[in-house]
Amino acid sequence: MTNMSGGQALIKSLEMMGVEVMFGLPGGAILPVYDPIIDSPIRHILVRHEQGAGHMASGYAHATGRPGVAMVTSGPAATNVVTPLCDAYVDSVPMVCITGQVPLAAIGTDAFQECDTTGITLSVTKHNYLVTDARDIPRIVKEAFHIATTGRPGPVLIDVPKDIVDPKNPRSAMEWYWPTDEDIDAGLPGYRPNTKGHPRMIKEAARMILQSRKPIIYAGGGILKARAAEALKELAELTGIHVVTTLMARGAFPDSHPLCLGMPGMHGTYTAITSMQKSDLLIALGSRFDDRVTGKLDGFAPEAKVIHVDIDPAELGKVRKADVPIVGDCRLVIEEIVKAVKQLLDSGEVERPDQQPWAAQIREWQEKHPLFYDQKEGGPLKPQYVIEKLREQAPDDCILASGVGQHQMFSSQHWKFEHPYTWVNSGGLGTMGYAVPAAIGAKVGRPDRMVWAVDGDGCFQMTAQELVTATAERIPVKIAILNNAYLGMVRQWQEMFYEERYSEVYLSPDLPDYVKWAEAMGCVGFRVDSADDVEATIEKANAIDDRPVVIDFRTDSTEKVFPMVPAGATNDQVITDPAQAPVQ
Amino acid sequence: MAELTSGVKHHTLSVLVENKAGVLSRVASLFARRGYNIFSLAVAPTDDERFSRITIVVDVESAPLEQITKQLFKLINVVKISELHPDESVEREMLMATVKAEAGQRGEVIELVQVFGGQIIDVGHDALTIELSGRPAKLDDLEELLRPYTIVELQRTGRIALPKLERTAPRLRSLKGKSA
Repeated sequence: MTNMSGGQALIKSLEMMGVEVMFGLPGGAILPVYDPIIDSPIRHILVRHEQGAGHMASGYAHATGRPGVAMVTSGPAATNVVTPLCDAYVDSVPMVCITGQVPLAAIGTDAFQECDTTGITLSVTKHNYLVTDARDIPRIVKEAFHIATTGRPGPVLIDVPKDIVDPKNPRSAMEWYWPTDEDIDAGLPGYRPNTKGHPRMIKEAARMILQSRKPIIYAGGGILKARAAEALKELAELTGIHVVTTLMARGAFPDSHPLCLGMPGMHGTYTAITSMQKSDLLIALGSRFDDRVTGKLDGFAPEAKVIHVDIDPAELGKVRKADVPIVGDCRLVIEEIVKAVKQLLDSGEVERPDQQPWAAQIREWQEKHPLFYDQKEGGPLKPQYVIEKLREQAPDDCILASGVGQHQMFSSQHWKFEHPYTWVNSGGLGTMGYAVPAAIGAKVGRPDRMVWAVDGDGCFQMTAQELVTATAERIPVKIAILNNAYLGMVRQWQEMFYEERYSEVYLSPDLPDYVKWAEAMGCVGFRVDSADDVEATIEKANAIDDRPVVIDFRTDSTEKVFPMVPAGATNDQVITDPAQAPVQ
Repeated sequence: MAELTSGVKHHTLSVLVENKAGVLSRVASLFARRGYNIFSLAVAPTDDERFSRITIVVDVESAPLEQITKQLFKLINVVKISELHPDESVEREMLMATVKAEAGQRGEVIELVQVFGGQIIDVGHDALTIELSGRPAKLDDLEELLRPYTIVELQRTGRIALPKLERTAPRLRSLKGKSA
């Protein structure tokens, strides 16, 4: 038994959990926990704004599958991580966030930098703790990681009052111990995630899959969280069923695979949207029938039966009633479904209807309605062209991060994802400013990979200061700003649905000067005005490996994201680019 | 009030939670966050001091009830949830009411309370405070009957409930099963 302070125990507990890197910014209440970091092997990355710490932890988790760790002080620092916590909660990202708190005796007195952190974060965390006894620290840290990474992953917050971590305060004294897994289980009597699917339901699912004529696999982010990409591929290839990958699942199934139909939803490919809409069986795997996917709900996939697999029982039947609901880990359940399908095929029990007409129909949609844009010779630079060139010139396993808006949709549509964990983005919450810090977090987690962030000019201005962090910490991320001088997605909606009345949406292409700004932050800055310079500039950027690079691509302000299903419409009403040749 | 307490839209959830600080606020804020209304709520520790039991009466249709139950169960500190159907549970609630009872009417009120098996727990010069515990519907009835005398103040606890016990011994039941 070793005597130590609560602060030392906290850092030691993180080491015990295998934490290699954490993102944060110190301040008054958390000071005693920062002191032992000097002697710890954990790498701490000093951010410039606490929101950055949260998104970096999230980017790290996306790219590595390991929980991201952020640590900040009390009050305003805690409120600054609320956005990343909510973002991670909605996208089920495993994260542990440690916040400082005023001493126990001062709680509730409106002390300096005091806020009700656990109260504020109650609805944006999977669970949170206010530590009231230094001796609880090892147990709570281990519990927090267990909760964050099992079941449906999510962020867990630990609020730590200063007196119980401060070695100068007798309240912080404790004897070190490390709880066993059994201790953790015993301490969480209400937490038993169910990972194994119900055998009868799995059999029923297999039968339904083989008997359907027009099935579609609707793969969501749960595939990636469950490390189920291989299992998904096996199921798709065994059954010959086409796969749509939601925004959160891009990369879970390779875009180059003949069975891949790309992204469904509001800005999905025509074929992904329409094949779901016309299917007779939706096999929802780790997806949650988000409104951006379903469009108007009562007109969504009207003829489809639904098999719904999710680790979170509350997702089953939340939006769309499932004919076969299966609670369980996506990988384990898919593997069981594969077994059950093989058994049924071998036994000859089930007569499979001919699925060739459906495959032919899908092929026809793909041929008639491919993704479209038109980069005219000498014309304004098209954002899609930039993304295609970035993709062509980057290694196959390059990681792409994005912010939120048009550039995000262009990225998801035109980047070809070949590997899981190569796409880092904010799906559910739609957090502008996510790209820069998330890309930094991803690069820290995967230093062997090239990491590009495609960002909008609006997004970039929200969190750009984290490039100072990247330069200082030698994290060579690459940022492509698709600078169309507007809040592009808002502009698109104002053009299409508000009679071209552009309200508070113009940002200017030159203010700020992105190249100078990049240089001021220690990055290399480039500007590209025409399509002719795109390739050469990307090549230069790709060659830089010792500092961050920012390219200011001046893109066409009037370019819109198509296809589009307008808000409130059903998925039968897909608007394609008016410039695209009309389809017979 | 009467039709609300006995209305079909009401469901009683018995929620076993860890007896820890902040658990009630987690439960209550979940209802607020998901847009459900709590009709009544009673909470106290159980015989095992590690756990408390929260009895919540919710006014929702059955479909959202399933969702709220699942969401509740996602709270780490929630150990067990059971829905208690009125036919399969025993429910009790307590009511305290101060009723105007001037000299001429005092006898009537006392008689009424006695018929219901309630108690007079405080007497003032023109009012009485009465107490009654029992099935929520019975409380509704007394409340209705007291109304003409003018209710000055009224407080109900919210209901608590436990499942009904088995009426048949297990051995007999299995025999019955075999013969069928």
